[in-house]
Amino acid sequence: MSRSSWSEFVITRLIRVTGASAIVFVVMIFVFLFGEGAPAVAEVPLAHLLSARWYPIESHFGLLPLISGSLAVTLGAALLAVPLGVATAVFIAEVVPRWAREILKPLVELLAGLPSVMLGFLGIVVLAPRLYEILGLPTGLTALTGALLLGWIAIPTIVSVAEDALDSVPRTYREAALAIGATRWQTIWRVTLPAARSGVLTAVMLGIGRALGETMAVMMVTGNAPVLFTGLGSLLRPVRTLTATIAAEMGEVANGSTHYHTLFLIGILLFVISLAVNLAAASVVFRMRTRAERVLS
Amino acid sequence: MPSPAGAPTPSQIENLVNKGSDTMVNLALAWAEAYRQVRPELSVAVTGGGSGTGIAALINNTVDLANASRAIKPEELADAEANGVHPVEFVVARDAIAVIVHRSNPVDELSLEQISRIYSGEIDNWAEVGGEDRPIVRLSRETNSGTHVYFLEEVLRLGQKDNPTLFSADTLLLPSSEGITAELSYNQNAIGYDGLGYVTDDVKVVAVAVGPEGPYILPSAETVNDGSYPIARDLYVYTAGQPTAEAQAYLEWILGPDGQAIVTQLGFVPVKS
Repeated sequence: MSRSSWSEFVITRLIRVTGASAIVFVVMIFVFLFGEGAPAVAEVPLAHLLSARWYPIESHFGLLPLISGSLAVTLGAALLAVPLGVATAVFIAEVVPRWAREILKPLVELLAGLPSVMLGFLGIVVLAPRLYEILGLPTGLTALTGALLLGWIAIPTIVSVAEDALDSVPRTYREAALAIGATRWQTIWRVTLPAARSGVLTAVMLGIGRALGETMAVMMVTGNAPVLFTGLGSLLRPVRTLTATIAAEMGEVANGSTHYHTLFLIGILLFVISLAVNLAAASVVFRMRTRAERVLS
Repeated sequence: MPSPAGAPTPSQIENLVNKGSDTMVNLALAWAEAYRQVRPELSVAVTGGGSGTGIAALINNTVDLANASRAIKPEELADAEANGVHPVEFVVARDAIAVIVHRSNPVDELSLEQISRIYSGEIDNWAEVGGEDRPIVRLSRETNSGTHVYFLEEVLRLGQKDNPTLFSADTLLLPSSEGITAELSYNQNAIGYDGLGYVTDDVKVVAVAVGPEGPYILPSAETVNDGSYPIARDLYVYTAGQPTAEAQAYLEWILGPDGQAIVTQLGFVPVKS
């Protein structure tokens, strides 16, 4: 075998191994989570897991308040971050001149690098007291405070990834649209955004993933009271998220206890929720793509 | 390079690992720092994490000294014995738990029963305990805090073993003492509790009585030591088995006049020898 085909051989194998390792790691993480978390289902009756009281030191393992808390805060953050994030990405990619983009983009990315514990601290000393005063709430540590902060944390991720996607849409698309008399807005809304949809959707997913997985900032500003989310009014009350529960309790728990297994069950839940978000987004992209291909062919 | 006279070379430095109660972390740090003057060749590494964390580390045999703001639980003792560790207990200081409210709150005194009913959710408005017509926002430490467990057993359940009272589900569980102080510094609805050593001038301390007829007592070194302030507890250090010579000397120093002077400085109550 010649030299070049040898290196070719090694490199292809290496790439194959690294590619496969990503899958192997995810599978291993899931197997580990499952092994540590599954005993909880046997140790705690399902009716207890689906109850509304979480107080593990007295063996109350109701997960519903934690699930509803995480979903509420994440959805709230998404409602805030997706429109603002995508709009900012469009603004940077399509509206401002090139030199302004070179300034704005790094600034947004700098924002993405801020440690969340610092944002949580800002949330405690600035955001929570303001919300308490302006909205006349019993306390400023609420689901809304968490959602606002998480939205803020998710926006830079969404802007950065979505802007890259928009920027990679070929110039000719825009020129063609403008040439047939489309306004700038029509070009953005009907041509550029749809062309970049899969990248924009990835941005949204990453943003939501960031919000769902965020721990420190949420633990600092949501009050961590495990109260079941019952309606929009609950937005103005404290909540406890799945991630904050793991972070607050994992350090103390005795290895192998029911509480320990239940915390891993919460980990499985988080894993499943983010998997569901990913699958949903992937199926949307897939459906849109096949339709586009039908139209074009 | 020769080391300065008297300073130990790195190979001579011995380590004691000290972990546990967040209530005690400042105290443990102050002790460790002062002890360097006494024995420069010994270094005590202090970290917090909560009483449960310290005891878990003791059970796993990864610390020399575990700080705890509550006594070790029977289950933990059983886990330790199963692991071949025999914890030995030392009472190193005492601590009063202060009940604190916003500075502008007109409520000056509460009985233990009132505090219990507030935290269990039975009393929901400050007007019911002689305050303004405002909702009550309950603040607590997280469940891994020894202070939380102590407050549950001695205040919410009034020290009764078979009392099933729990914290109201909407009690805010804050991860740190600072979180409680920060919230109380602006929130006029809030009530919280924390170790006396952590109470700042930004909040107001409430006088507490055992029964509704009083007397209502403010926490201080005197009222803790004469037993009149009702929410006070011992602070512990646990060692895995009989302490080593180094740990023994350190504990003796802590219980001596120098160590106990630091206890007073930090707002805790010294143990009477």
